[in-house]
Amino acid sequence: MKTLGRPFWIAVGWLMLLTVLAVFASWLPLEDPHEIGAAEARLGPSSSHLFGTDALGRDVFARTIFGARISLLVGLLAIAFGMLVGGGLGIVAGYFRGVTDQVISFCFFTLLSFPALVLALLITATIDRNQWTVSLTLGILSIASVGRLSRANTIVFAEREFVQAARVLGADSTRIITHELLPNVMIPMGALALLGMGIAIVAEGSLAFLGLSVEGDAVSWGKSIVDGSQARDLENNPNVALFPIGVMFLTVLALNYAGDRVREYFDVRETAF
Amino acid sequence: MTFTLEQGEMLGIVGESGSGKSVTAKALMNLLPRTAEIDGRVRFDGEDVRALAAAGSRHFWGVRMTMVFQDPMTSLNPVKKCGEQIAETLRYHLGHGRVAAMKAATDLLEQVGVPEPGRRVNQYPHQLSGGLRQRVVIAMALACEPDLLIADEPTTAVDVTVQKRILDLLDSLRKERGMSMILITHDLGVARGRCDDVAVMYAGRIVERSSTETLFDRSRHPYTDALVRSIPRIEQPSHARLDPIPGRPPELIDPPVQCAFAPRCRYAQADCLESVPPTEGVGESHEFACHHPANTPRGREALANNVAAGVTAAGLQISYRKTR
Repeated sequence: MKTLGRPFWIAVGWLMLLTVLAVFASWLPLEDPHEIGAAEARLGPSSSHLFGTDALGRDVFARTIFGARISLLVGLLAIAFGMLVGGGLGIVAGYFRGVTDQVISFCFFTLLSFPALVLALLITATIDRNQWTVSLTLGILSIASVGRLSRANTIVFAEREFVQAARVLGADSTRIITHELLPNVMIPMGALALLGMGIAIVAEGSLAFLGLSVEGDAVSWGKSIVDGSQARDLENNPNVALFPIGVMFLTVLALNYAGDRVREYFDVRETAF
Repeated sequence: MTFTLEQGEMLGIVGESGSGKSVTAKALMNLLPRTAEIDGRVRFDGEDVRALAAAGSRHFWGVRMTMVFQDPMTSLNPVKKCGEQIAETLRYHLGHGRVAAMKAATDLLEQVGVPEPGRRVNQYPHQLSGGLRQRVVIAMALACEPDLLIADEPTTAVDVTVQKRILDLLDSLRKERGMSMILITHDLGVARGRCDDVAVMYAGRIVERSSTETLFDRSRHPYTDALVRSIPRIEQPSHARLDPIPGRPPELIDPPVQCAFAPRCRYAQADCLESVPPTEGVGESHEFACHHPANTPRGREALANNVAAGVTAAGLQISYRKTR
């Protein structure tokens, strides 16, 4: 019997912990992450400021927890959007083939041929940047790669006899896609979703460096890292940047590991042939 | 090709690989790829099957007419439990509730001779052997008690003991339910033992069709005749040479204008190379497509001429060997 293993549960535990902290951040006894000059600037880690304070005297621990709200949300929404649009289009293209496939694949290639950063700049520079639009931007960027994976997987399964068998048992195309192909394609897609969430979280960080992450005083991991990234700070108070970096690193690692284990665990076909 | 199947009867379609057996089945089930050029008509109980399909008739496939595929390894969805796959059909077509459908699925598995059906319904296809999987596939096909079942070599992937059990099972279900069946096979023994009628296919055509008994005892088409002769018989002395058919089937990319079997036929005459023989006796109990049918005066004369010359009109060397 296959098991997910202890490291998987540690990874999931970490993600759960972060999620709970992020959701209930407002009710936790944390410093105000926005208040400038609440404490002395550039303090090292101590018992009153676990991760220290940044150049503006804000508590880095509180900023990391509140930052998790936006970073996790953006990661989740971005990949959910990519899965919904890209995954859906990919299945349709892979199942119907022909002209449908050509049109959809052409769209994927068009998306892929744009340098991702330029596309992201184009979108974020022209609209209000809140967590929804940043998610949307990253979601659009993920459509092509998610879509191509779902298309490739669909083609593999659509040629199996069970699809024809479903047809002779009276299933129409919609039913074949939802009942026969989707459950099969979901497995690699689920793993990709976890991986993609990690990528989206890092991508939000990249946008933050360009000043194109969420606007105003909203906190994200990317923005917290940027706040601690001046050469002077990195030299004298590395804690300001390193703590959010560490948390982001552990989160992405946990997501990747969990994704891989989930794929192995649910892949009943691995033992089939 | 033209053929009719009565209710409760079993038609066997035999022929070598590439003769068009599976394509025929897929044409009947309206499963041909979109690139196929289709003419002709399939009538089921007076209704045009393709018109029904085009009209999006939801409860026709699977309920009235269905098919069992050759390979049980790929005809089940790998990520769904066996019981679920059977139950799904029942829920979709007959509107069973979840629990009732599961119960019915278990009963069906029991009927098709799956041991411990209560446990099997909760197993995934990869946990079952080939024979069991084929029975699950058959249970799925039979779930809605179809009027016509097309079985495309249902026993090629399983060993002979399982083969017998599956064929017995299909036979008894056919008798119990008055279901019609088309059995596609390349095993002449199976066709002879199980079918009411047999159609022999060669190069995409039915070259001979009649009741099983007539076909095997008084075959008219030289191909059928040669097939029957090539079956090893128990009364032959051991190490007796089998009587093979020389050559290989024609490429159908560019179909010949002559009789497709002529190059391999011991009866071939000049006229066989000029035209495709029309099918004689269409609609009657015995039809065949040959200019010089075996076991008739014309055929005997043709064979005698070829044997005397030592070569057929198509250039096939023959040496007369006494058979039977």
